[in-house]
Amino acid sequence: MRMASPRVTQRIAWSLTWASAGVVVLALGVIVGYVVIKGAGAIDWEFLSTSPKGGLSGEGGVLSAIVGTVYIVALTVAIAAPLGIGAGIYLVEYARESWFTRLVRSGVEVLAGVPSIIFGLFGFALFVVALKLSFSILSGALALACLVLPTIIRTTEEALRAVPQSYREASMACGATKFQTIRKIALPAALPGILTAIILAVGRSVEETAVLYVTMGGSAAMPRSFLSGGRTLALHTYFLAMETRAMGKALGTALLLIVLIMLINGLIRFVSRRYMARMYGGR
Amino acid sequence: MGETHLAEGPPSFSDLGGQGAEVVLSIRVARARLRLMRVRARRLQLRYVTDWGWKQLIVLSSISAFLILLLIAVFTVREGLPAFAKVGLWRLLSGTAWDVAESEFGILPMILGSIFVTLGALVMGVPLGVGCAVFLAEVAPRRARDLLRPAIELLVGIPSVVYGLVGMLVLVPLVGKLGGSGDSVLAASIVLSVMVLPTITTISEDSIRAVPQAYREGSLALGATHWQTVWRVVLPAARSGIVASIILGMGRAIGETMAMIMVIGNSIIIPTSPLSPARTLTGTLALELKYAAGLHWNALFATGAVLFVFILVLNSLALIVHRRAVAR
Repeated sequence: MRMASPRVTQRIAWSLTWASAGVVVLALGVIVGYVVIKGAGAIDWEFLSTSPKGGLSGEGGVLSAIVGTVYIVALTVAIAAPLGIGAGIYLVEYARESWFTRLVRSGVEVLAGVPSIIFGLFGFALFVVALKLSFSILSGALALACLVLPTIIRTTEEALRAVPQSYREASMACGATKFQTIRKIALPAALPGILTAIILAVGRSVEETAVLYVTMGGSAAMPRSFLSGGRTLALHTYFLAMETRAMGKALGTALLLIVLIMLINGLIRFVSRRYMARMYGGR
Repeated sequence: MGETHLAEGPPSFSDLGGQGAEVVLSIRVARARLRLMRVRARRLQLRYVTDWGWKQLIVLSSISAFLILLLIAVFTVREGLPAFAKVGLWRLLSGTAWDVAESEFGILPMILGSIFVTLGALVMGVPLGVGCAVFLAEVAPRRARDLLRPAIELLVGIPSVVYGLVGMLVLVPLVGKLGGSGDSVLAASIVLSVMVLPTITTISEDSIRAVPQAYREGSLALGATHWQTVWRVVLPAARSGIVASIILGMGRAIGETMAMIMVIGNSIIIPTSPLSPARTLTGTLALELKYAAGLHWNALFATGAVLFVFILVLNSLALIVHRRAVAR
């Protein structure tokens, strides 16, 4: 014989699930709220338009970190996107069940689970030391490209799979070759999904710290080329917090990061909504 | 000149009456046709050549992920091997001292540090994560769902340095009130539990939603309440997906680096209580890699290899559990 009636148990259980949802929203609220309240004061025009002074001073703004972020993001995407989209196309359009396809698939799956610091370790040994690229934006972007590659492959694959097979059949029936069909029919139809893949890669590049910490160096100076060192906003936040203990400025930089991530999430939402409308909505 | 008749063309030319103009015209026409045929032929072949070329490029790019994985494995093992050879596998894994100056390289404290923070994160993260998944899939009214979903998406997007920073400034002082400096396994576990929650929630929610509606209807028809249905029917049916989500969350937790460095204190000791500081495998790599040389360098790659094996085991486990779920 049970003490509580099923209705009471249900009420308790449901309030527990409400509570766990509440805790999550609260945690997010604390994180974002704290960064916004404490960090907003640090942000002014001077903060955005000057570079960090370097060393342990913690003085100066974030300009070179913003430029470094742009460089890293652009270069990472430029390296990873062609490879990732190509691999996605292979998996959907060309792959037959064979040992090769299984190799490709398991490669993507395992690579997706590898922790970022391992990419850092590898990037440091290969790009920084063995290929003598030293601590540079190029080393950082190469290591980061390896990290974002599985994300791009998987998202591209999903996007291409959602394109109805009949589109391809119609194109082939008109006499188009396989690649013409891919380029003129499948890729345009999957474009929003592929865009999402690229935006996801941008987001990962903006967030990532561990890989860049060991491959990019962290020079505070304005980067002059892809071969000079530099830092991204995330890396700058780490240096401010752990090395110079300039917490106010660290929070200001963190606020910039959160705003950037919210913009990126908004963009993904916008693109995928348009995608949904195009694939399943009216006309 | 078999095609001359085609060159009858505009009457104005025959008005001229000269043979010369007609011949010139017919030659021009013949040339034009020839050029057209060539272009067509070239285009036709070119199509297939282009097709073939692109296919090769695509096949080449498809192997990139596997090649990178192979390179990572080769580099980690090659650079780590001297450490395994000189220090010995067992002494490396079970040694409790890590002292670069004394050439002592034992990673047991770091292994335990990583395991403790991961378990701590799961103790808090699993109930919260699965609770949120049940909430999203079964309980939540639309508006609550529309609030929680973006919140979880944002949690995924927040950079780990920001977690670390807020952990340092908000959580560490709070934990410090319980005793110690605050930089501790407990603080690290709390930060991690928030970080792994999205992984657990999204995958668990998917597997709860994948439970056939007929199961729910059957249970409800027998007079069970909605909660009894969820607890006795839906959750057991979604069990493998939930377990897979937890294992994947563990993988994420063990791999986390920057946020851990910022809140855990990084002392190389075997943590004896939740309030004691510790260091993770990932933390050692990030903190020491840039300055390492000689055997120290090799020992760090050996540490990386151990971490890699941990992750491989966890991910294959998740895969096996997931496969079994799909098979069912």
